Amino acid sequence: MDISQSKRKPYVRQVKKSWWLRNSFYTGYMLREGTCLFVGAYTVILLCGLLRLSQGPEAFAGWLHALHSPLAILFHLVALVACLFHAKTWFSLAPKAVRLFKGAELMPEKPIIMAQYIGLAAVSVIVLLIAILA
Amino acid sequence: MAEIMEIEVLRYRPEEDNEPWTQRYQVPFTHEMSILEALTYIKDHLDSTLSYRWSCRMAICGSCGMMVNGKPKLGCKTFLRDYVSAGKIKLEPLANFPIERDLVVDMSDFMQKLEKIKPYIIPKEEKDLCDGEYIQTPKQLAQYKQFSQCINCGLCYAACPQYALKPEFLGPAALALLYRYNEDSRDGAKAERMKLVNQESGVWSCTFVGFCSEVCPKGVDPAAAIQLYKAESAKDYVIAMFKPED
Ligand code: SF4
Ligand code: FES
Repeated sequence: MDISQSKRKPYVRQVKKSWWLRNSFYTGYMLREGTCLFVGAYTVILLCGLLRLSQGPEAFAGWLHALHSPLAILFHLVALVACLFHAKTWFSLAPKAVRLFKGAELMPEKPIIMAQYIGLAAVSVIVLLIAILA
Repeated sequence: MAEIMEIEVLRYRPEEDNEPWTQRYQVPFTHEMSILEALTYIKDHLDSTLSYRWSCRMAICGSCGMMVNGKPKLGCKTFLRDYVSAGKIKLEPLANFPIERDLVVDMSDFMQKLEKIKPYIIPKEEKDLCDGEYIQTPKQLAQYKQFSQCINCGLCYAACPQYALKPEFLGPAALALLYRYNEDSRDGAKAERMKLVNQESGVWSCTFVGFCSEVCPKGVDPAAAIQLYKAESAKDYVIAMFKPED
């Protein structure tokens, strides 16, 4: 008999369905991913508006009217918060997907994050101006 | 009398246990004591049957990785004093790896993955010794230096839920190492390594949780390497669409 027989019996821990509640980092990640549902739903609503617009002024007015219901307003408020959270988390992750060098020095993260906020502000102002002037 | 700190350790002894269980130890607390030193105290004074890994005791060999209160940490770089307010210290073997014994895990899958990416420079063309060394500028070094700091501790794998859910995922450290060699100006095997990147088990298995970079004790930022290569992989895909089959 081989007396040096192995006693190995590696124990594999199962991944629980609730793994994302294990620490706040995972929960934050799930929240960030979860907010995309609102981004998606809002896109669908806008697309519906576009479709109604192509069907004539009356159809479009109906769509606008539907958006005045308390439920629609509540949804928009929640969706706004979700979208802002989504944007904030992605903005702070963006420096990981770009590597800009100044000479041999890597650009720090802060200016990259700031540039996105400035970009967002600029686009918002332009859209607002077009909406007011048009 | 020194203050006492209670340390909980997840025990598993394959020859007698069917599953892990928790054991508590009372360890005298000193301000400069690391988790690793606390384990040494336990082994020397309280329980010689406890198994754990270490070598350098200075955050460079990567052997002493374990879960400290649920987060992957190097035992030698983590101090009892930082857990006084938490009131307890719970030590477990690194998550997402099979437990071999007590705090020792089986890392062979991780090692195989590191090996798979060919972690060495494969020059474009062999140079004769007489032609001198391969020259590199500080700027060329800066392109990959951060990713060359990895000590293969596996903390990032313990932090990655995708690796837990999908064990075939190449994972953070291996992809960071792959990036390190690909971006080295002296290397010529990028096209070959990109085949691994482009696979389902390559960068596309990453859902950008980002905890790997958070726990890395060496600031390697594997999440960055993976995101950068998602862009590269997408570029590869588009270029391949227009290129005739060869
Ligand atoms: S990337 Fe960081 S956490 Fe991952 S193995 Fe290397 S040093 Fe450890
Ligand atoms: S003992 Fe070497 S890294 Fe901790």
